[in-house]
Amino acid sequence: MGKFREKGGKETPEISTASLPDIVFMLLFFFMVSTTMKEVDLKVQINTPLASEIKKLEKKSLVSYIYIGKPKQKFVKAYGSEPRIQLNDTFAEVKDIPDYIEAERQQRDEKEVPLMTTSLKVDEKTKMGIVTDVKQELRKVSALKINYSTKKAVRQ
Amino acid sequence: MAKKTPAVPSSSLADIAFMLLIFFLVTTTMDTDAGLSRMLPPPVPKEQQSDDMKIKERNVYVVLINKYDQLLVEGEPMNIKDLKEKTKEFIANPADDPELPEKEDKEIPFFGVYPVSKQVISLQNDRGTSYGLYIQVQDELAAAYNELRNELALKKFSKPYDDLDKERQDAIRKIYPQSISEAEPKNYGDR
Repeated sequence: MGKFREKGGKETPEISTASLPDIVFMLLFFFMVSTTMKEVDLKVQINTPLASEIKKLEKKSLVSYIYIGKPKQKFVKAYGSEPRIQLNDTFAEVKDIPDYIEAERQQRDEKEVPLMTTSLKVDEKTKMGIVTDVKQELRKVSALKINYSTKKAVRQ
Repeated sequence: MAKKTPAVPSSSLADIAFMLLIFFLVTTTMDTDAGLSRMLPPPVPKEQQSDDMKIKERNVYVVLINKYDQLLVEGEPMNIKDLKEKTKEFIANPADDPELPEKEDKEIPFFGVYPVSKQVISLQNDRGTSYGLYIQVQDELAAAYNELRNELALKKFSKPYDDLDKERQDAIRKIYPQSISEAEPKNYGDR
């Protein structure tokens, strides 16, 4: 079939790259929209426990977070190595929680307040004492919906 | 018109876009926040505190966790692996054992009059219990309820519980309501 192999007869035309930017931009917009920047800079080490009977947290905007764990290495000098509570970007005490919840409520619409959830992100090696104290504070300010943040485990 | 403004070269546009794209790719965390959802009991007014609710002993399943992360269930030490099965047996009380919770006939949609067990699970932990074990216990208890619900759903509607519509799920939830009560924190010889 010689006629298909003529020398220099036809070269494969180059693929046009003119639409490459468009494709890349499309991807870019997708990632820009779906990205959620981390809410806070974690100052405590948190390795949440595993659980299988879990539910996804809906409505991220109605969730406030409480972090409990050992301070990270660079904060050990200043704050010690005992588990501490972190609210927003700072270390806090148990007594600061009502103010934090109140501040979170101020930011939301009044009718959304009953739907607000508090997500407890607690390191699995923490003792329950501090968690119980936090839960008691939450009860006092009637922030009753809580969620123990966990990783997904698969039951065999 | 001696000179035209030369066209801005757009060949590097792709590179710039790629750079941005890579930045967002790296910083994106598709974090799916999930966990065990619970409702805390509403705060108790001070004057009511001593007025404990009276629940018959046979209806209460007492789960204690001490500070060495050991389980005591209904007065017997237990391995966490057995907790789910034992809890299921307690909740459902299939043999109408007089030691296990009583049942009360209730009108349930889709089921008619159905004996609903009056079970309550009481979970108590020490301040020294580790959070990891606490979550594990909560998970096992939730799994016991979910499995019972699923079994009932398969038996009655021949469909897994998760695939049922809301009314049917509600009906099953009425038969197996998740009632895990956590005691007011106490200090057991804590120094």
